[in-house]
Amino acid sequence: MIAATASTAASLPPAWALLGYILAVALFARGIKMLTSPRTAHLGNRVAGLGMLVAIGVTLGQFHAGWQYIVPAAVVGALVGSVWALRVPMTAMPQMVAMFNGMGGGAAALIALGDFHRLTGGGLSLGPINAVTILLSCLIGSISFAGSMIAFAKLQEIMTGTPITWPLQHEINGVLLLALVGVGIAITVTGGGGGLMVAFFIGALALGVMGVLPVGGADMPVIISLLNSFTGIAAAVTGFVLGNYSLVVAGALVGASGSILTVLMSKAMNRPITNVLFGAFGKVDDTVAGVAAAVGHTVRATNAEDLAVLLAYSQQVIFVPGYGLAVARAQHEVKELADQLKARGVRVLYAIHPVAGRMPGHMNVLLAEADVPYDELKEMDQVNPEFPRTDVAVVIGANDVVNPAALNDPKSPIWGMPILRADQAKTVVVLKRSMRPGFAGIENELFYHDNTLMLFGDAKDSLVKLIAEVKLQEAA
Amino acid sequence: MSTNDLVLIGFFIFVVAVFLGLELITKVPSLLHTPLMSGTNFIHGIVVIGAITIAATVNNTLAGVIAVIAVFLGTLNVVGGWVVTDRMLSMFRSGGRPPARVSEEKAAGAAAGAAASSAEVKS
Repeated sequence: MIAATASTAASLPPAWALLGYILAVALFARGIKMLTSPRTAHLGNRVAGLGMLVAIGVTLGQFHAGWQYIVPAAVVGALVGSVWALRVPMTAMPQMVAMFNGMGGGAAALIALGDFHRLTGGGLSLGPINAVTILLSCLIGSISFAGSMIAFAKLQEIMTGTPITWPLQHEINGVLLLALVGVGIAITVTGGGGGLMVAFFIGALALGVMGVLPVGGADMPVIISLLNSFTGIAAAVTGFVLGNYSLVVAGALVGASGSILTVLMSKAMNRPITNVLFGAFGKVDDTVAGVAAAVGHTVRATNAEDLAVLLAYSQQVIFVPGYGLAVARAQHEVKELADQLKARGVRVLYAIHPVAGRMPGHMNVLLAEADVPYDELKEMDQVNPEFPRTDVAVVIGANDVVNPAALNDPKSPIWGMPILRADQAKTVVVLKRSMRPGFAGIENELFYHDNTLMLFGDAKDSLVKLIAEVKLQEAA
Repeated sequence: MSTNDLVLIGFFIFVVAVFLGLELITKVPSLLHTPLMSGTNFIHGIVVIGAITIAATVNNTLAGVIAVIAVFLGTLNVVGGWVVTDRMLSMFRSGGRPPARVSEEKAAGAAAGAAASSAEVKS
């Protein structure tokens, strides 16, 4: 065995710091709990924020060296982060979460690398426990960083949202993983090796890239949630080797809650997580390409005047908003139309599919931005029984979440996904720019149904016209 | 205590914390999925304290440079994640009884002493 083993490794922080960390961790747990109810969520984020301030303060209080480097780096990071966060439009929220998640994962990977060089700096070798924990946090953090960057690029549409696949994909990934294990064992046994460590780091980054490339744009939210969970675990592992248990607890809380969220999202889309990772969803589209021909009906277009009359004399109207609504920046117009209709005594509901928008709950955020009270937003299970007694269902920029193929076409890629039963309303109106299929690239037979009317054009323009026409009805 | 002991205790705490994390969010309305993801995303920015620890205890330049970059990335994660979550949640309001609840929440938020309501950008 190698004689000199790094002894500068971990030791427990002093008692006052431990007490501070316990307070921080309690605030995190309380904050996460409060984030699960709409009435306490905002305060919950502030409670967790207070926990973070305590944790950072306690850490800075223990170390007095290196502030001349640490403080500027932190100030620049804080400035970049806050300017970015303040400027990002709510529609871009999923890629923003992916970006910040990637930063956290990258930090964890670099901490592992930095720790490796700190512990092996004086020609010392790593103990096996140190080596394994460093390798683990480097691996998970790098996958999270690289995967998040690919997710960001796909959602930002810097690269294509369709799955990118190549021959022997799983085999190549498997070989890469085995190679990483091999390099990892070599580092653990020899207790060092800077070159090996760099190879390990690059290999882990490559694994993150190759893992996310084959995942389609529609599945990206599940991936971000999973990577969020990964970063939590990476943070926890860095806590092992540094002997910092606030990192362990906070990281574990995020890892666990992130995994629950991932499962909830997969369930909402009826897609097992293994399917998301290995299925290349949306790649094979020729099975459903023939839907239009098979249904054998043409599309019926309508205009704002006729539709305004239909809406104004309805008893119940349900709006089904999708990501297209947010892209057209038409949330305020939807609310205004809803208010007009409510003033005429029409009962108005909003039907929110769990995966409407580009991540679960995204549509709720987008409508909240337009001052729609959250208690008017109905979840799928509450609202589906309402559709058969609804006069008009107005589908705005939504597509896959109202696609009946999920229920009646076993060959469809979204077969089995629970959908909003807009097709059961007496009349379905679809506001849509063109007949182009949605983000997931799947045809929608709903557009060809007998009770479906299409109102083509930009959603915002169409809604402005509708608002004006409904007002005319009022005057008449 | 040896490093092995510290890691073992860490693992013990990790397992308990995972169960706590699973318990904390069993029931979340889909309304809050995005803010919850963003909020937990901010919390794993805690890695920044690991970066600070390394940056403060390094003995060679290479490790120092790596650690300082990690401090930058970690702070970006913490601050960006927190601000974006706060911005999102400041928009949520109930239709039932808006004025009382909002002011009450604001007061409580101020009492908690967390920084910067500058995040509440109204469009």
